[in-house]
Amino acid sequence: MAAATTTRSFLDSDSFVRVSRFVSRALLYLLLIVMSLWFLAPLFWMFMSSFMPLDQVGVFPVQWIPRVWQPENYTDALQFWNFGITFRNTMFVTIISLIGDIGSCTLVAYGFARFRFPFRDALFLILLATLMLPFAVRLIPVYAAYEAIGWIDTFYPLIVPNFFGNAFYIFICRQFFLGIPQDLLDAAKIDGASEVRIFTQVMIPLAKPAIVVIAILSFQNSWNDFLGPLIYLKDPDLHTLAIGLYKFTSLPGQGGIYNQQMAASTLMVMPVLIVFFLFQKQFIQGANISGLKG
Amino acid sequence: MAQAFGAQLGALRGRRRTRWRDLSPMRKREAKFGLLFITPWIIGVLLFALFPFVASFLLSFTKYNIVAPPKWVGLEHYVHMFTDDPLFVKSLRNTAVYVGGSVVIRIVLGFALALLLNTKVRFLGLWRTLFYLPSVVPIVALSVIWLYVLNARAGLLNSLLYAIGLPRIRWFADPDFAMIAFLIMSTTWVGVTMVIFLAGLQGIPEEYYDAAKIDGANVFQRLRRVTIPLMTPTIYLNVLINIIGAFQVFTQIFIMTGGRPRDATRTYVLHLFDHAFQYLPPQMGYSSALAWILFIIIFVFTAVIVATSQRWVFYQGGETG
Repeated sequence: MAAATTTRSFLDSDSFVRVSRFVSRALLYLLLIVMSLWFLAPLFWMFMSSFMPLDQVGVFPVQWIPRVWQPENYTDALQFWNFGITFRNTMFVTIISLIGDIGSCTLVAYGFARFRFPFRDALFLILLATLMLPFAVRLIPVYAAYEAIGWIDTFYPLIVPNFFGNAFYIFICRQFFLGIPQDLLDAAKIDGASEVRIFTQVMIPLAKPAIVVIAILSFQNSWNDFLGPLIYLKDPDLHTLAIGLYKFTSLPGQGGIYNQQMAASTLMVMPVLIVFFLFQKQFIQGANISGLKG
Repeated sequence: MAQAFGAQLGALRGRRRTRWRDLSPMRKREAKFGLLFITPWIIGVLLFALFPFVASFLLSFTKYNIVAPPKWVGLEHYVHMFTDDPLFVKSLRNTAVYVGGSVVIRIVLGFALALLLNTKVRFLGLWRTLFYLPSVVPIVALSVIWLYVLNARAGLLNSLLYAIGLPRIRWFADPDFAMIAFLIMSTTWVGVTMVIFLAGLQGIPEEYYDAAKIDGANVFQRLRRVTIPLMTPTIYLNVLINIIGAFQVFTQIFIMTGGRPRDATRTYVLHLFDHAFQYLPPQMGYSSALAWILFIIIFVFTAVIVATSQRWVFYQGGETG
């Protein structure tokens, strides 16, 4: 009993509370720092080793600062890998896909959000269900179809599907349209605006936040896509960055040239990181929307 | 989204069918515009979902190598799979290890990081950005980097083990460790899951914690009795997204090991891909059969989770949507 009372008063004492709060805060920040090191060390090493001489890359335990800075790793890597062409191809596919995604998804989402028509809810259920369909199930028939119409070794298979709506982006956009007050539309209708004008001049400007999120998801999707370009693009002049990097690292004799591989990786990662830092908020929002809006 | 799915099902059940001829001229006009707006998706779902869905089912009963027309073989592929393809069983087991491991990692680590960031921490935006960063790096680049992180001789991870006095591990040369190596790699991609959890945590009203504190609940009791029950809708969503994704793990495995060593990292989709695009002649029929089994597995998992969700997912104040 007596012991319990002493602990109690000790726990309640002001200085103890202050010390324990300080310790737990310090622990919290220590934990956050350790975790960020774990997350970022591989990327930091990629960047540093891309400037290292080859023999320094293989030193054990690992070294973090280049003994001499060797920017020629980049030029050497580019001799084997036509960065210019792959970069241009990736930009092309990414931008056209982005236009397709935004155009088709806003249209379809608006249709689902603002009009009543027979079977609307059943169709929307089907739309949500397609999110569950594994890509492996589509892979072979779609490939065979592209083969049959001569689309292998063209960009069409990577671009055209984006003009027909992506279920997830439509979902995001519809949620957003549902949140726009009906009064705004009624006012526009009373002013005699046509359905098409309401869509392009009232809804699209209002939906900008959702469109930015879709644009970022679409950009990431095209830029990072590996499987699509891998099976559809055989001609090296059509390769995208993802395939270029993969082919470069699997070239015979490239197995051990880690400094050049890291230089090549840095070149591919940089544009994504730049876009990420410019649009951080929208990236986080994109991840959020799927969770928040249920 | 899972909630939206349930709500959508509910809405369907409660509604009488609207028939076209019962509609007023105004409603007919509205319906026409609606259908016009969703036309791109209707074409898309027919071409890129329904057609491949049906076609791959039919192809799974044929021998097909793209060049020659498919030849009907009935249930042969399905019988072969379960009786005569030890790699099918092995790839299923490897995939199960990856799904189990990576889903637990994402949920537990993602939740833990979100909890840490939800403690009125300073520079919240900075930490969130740092933890999210690896999730935006293209998977091809991550694979190239992690091949070196996991390098047996001088990699980053072995350097870390060495620094804390542990022996080096021959990650991708050792069948016992190769799959674990992929799980370790997956720990750095919890960013998306973490952000979704964090948004959920920020939505919990402060009063709930205050009330629990007045009742004398300590940190762990508050976590168990307040936070976790209120977070079940978000946990539910994250489990669903991550399970569906983990079953289809492919790119990093294809680039980093291609299934080696001794098929210890041969996952289901890699096995399927090899049959369709690596082996000569291509075995697209068998591959389609594999795809359909995968579809059924994912479907059953999703259905079980959705069906049992009512028992463990709590919605606050009847808010669904």
